[in-house]
Amino acid sequence: MELLLPKLGLIVWTLIAFAIVFFILKKFAWKPILKSLDERAKNISDSIQTAEKVRAEMALLKSENEALLMKAREERAVMLKEAKDTKDRIINEAKDQAKLETNKIIADAQVAINQQKMAAITDLKNQVGNLVIEVSEKVLRRELSNKQDQENYIKQLADNAKLN
Amino acid sequence: MGSKSIKSLLVAVFSLIIIFFSYVSYAQDKGAEVTPPQEKFDPGKEIMTHIQDAYQFHFFTLGNFHASIHLPVILYSPQKGFSVFSSSRFGEEGEEAYNGYKLENGSIVSVEPGVDVYDFSLTKNVVQMLIALTILVFLMVGIAKKYKKGQGITTAPTGWQNAIEPIITFVRDDVAKANLGKRYKKYMPYLLTIFFFILINSIFGLLPGSANVTGNIAFTAVMGVISFFVILFSSNKHYWGHIVNPPVPWGIKPILIPVEILGVFTKPFALIVRLFANMVAGHIIILSFISLIFIFGGMNKIAGWSFSPISILFTVFIYLIEILISFIQAFIFTNLTAIFIGQAFEGSDHDVDHHADPVIV
Repeated sequence: MELLLPKLGLIVWTLIAFAIVFFILKKFAWKPILKSLDERAKNISDSIQTAEKVRAEMALLKSENEALLMKAREERAVMLKEAKDTKDRIINEAKDQAKLETNKIIADAQVAINQQKMAAITDLKNQVGNLVIEVSEKVLRRELSNKQDQENYIKQLADNAKLN
Repeated sequence: MGSKSIKSLLVAVFSLIIIFFSYVSYAQDKGAEVTPPQEKFDPGKEIMTHIQDAYQFHFFTLGNFHASIHLPVILYSPQKGFSVFSSSRFGEEGEEAYNGYKLENGSIVSVEPGVDVYDFSLTKNVVQMLIALTILVFLMVGIAKKYKKGQGITTAPTGWQNAIEPIITFVRDDVAKANLGKRYKKYMPYLLTIFFFILINSIFGLLPGSANVTGNIAFTAVMGVISFFVILFSSNKHYWGHIVNPPVPWGIKPILIPVEILGVFTKPFALIVRLFANMVAGHIIILSFISLIFIFGGMNKIAGWSFSPISILFTVFIYLIEILISFIQAFIFTNLTAIFIGQAFEGSDHDVDHHADPVIV
């Protein structure tokens, strides 16, 4: 029975002890500890959030990079194509030019040839004229002396002229 | 300890018991005439003195030598005023009277009749409680200092922080938040204090030769009464409405209203008795196993010696359970207090969705 009867002394001391311990711990232990735990939880969640953000940013950057790369590639292809076109155009132009030049040279040559031919013909004509005159002169001189000879001579001259 | 080693322990214990009983039946025939009548060992009395409060720390008695620390006695009587003296004035066995006071059945009474005595002595329980609480305060304030320095916030916690932190977060998340909802912050210091207050006193009570503080009805009564007031101060109109006018048919109301009113008092009373009974029972079991050695030793010396290993095994086993119970009882007391507080202010705001049934024995 003694066991079940609370004694005044212990009640009073427990009450005092509890009150003191409660106030000391509340002020100097629980407050800072709980605050620190909250702070740490916040720190951790903040860190995780930051990491998530950084990861998202990285992903964005990566996709941006990829887009840039794609664009660069496309540009390169376009440039290559353009360059090829230009090259083809230049070659064609050069070819055309060359053709034109050739034609011009040929035409010039033909003109020159014609001119020279004309000159030669003129020269020939002049010589033929001279020859005719010379022959005529000689014939005329011979005619006066001999009829037969004259005819032979003309015949001979005519043969000579044919040979020419 | 794995289940395998527990199994082998049980096997060892039971086989020893079987061997022992066959031996006792043989030993009893001879033992009766050999052993001389010694001082009778009374286990009941011995256990009771061990689990009760005392005016000194008594460790052992060897012949005429008493290894004990006497504690100060502080008395107040309206007729004689205050008197303070050492408990050694009462003599080693508490047989002497001093200054008009004497010890009677473990409590101090006046020699002259008609003189009231109020006993505020620093008894075994008080002294041990103060030592335990001093250690608790130093431990917790030390940990708090570490946190203040930033250890455990930006870096990993170290040392005692690692031991205490899970308990604090457990009380916060599974006791306070689960039962009190949004208002948990206001009650955290109180819940943490009762948890560690009970825990450290239970743990210290397990030390051999120490006092059984949490197994004293005065201690648990104080804890329970504090809980009672905290619950009352947290209550709201809704709570009292349920008690004075429970939502039941008219016929049942005269039955239920007294029950509800009683319930206000039985809740903290259950807290008081639960903690007290659990701690006392644990100590009684340990002391009983130790006493068994001397009971058998009283029958026969060899019996006593041969029973001691079994008794020690059981004692160790119960000791481990007692450590577990220290934690469990501290948790149950705290958790139930939190549940009762939660019930007292629920209704007003519906942030508490947790309707725990407070039927835990």
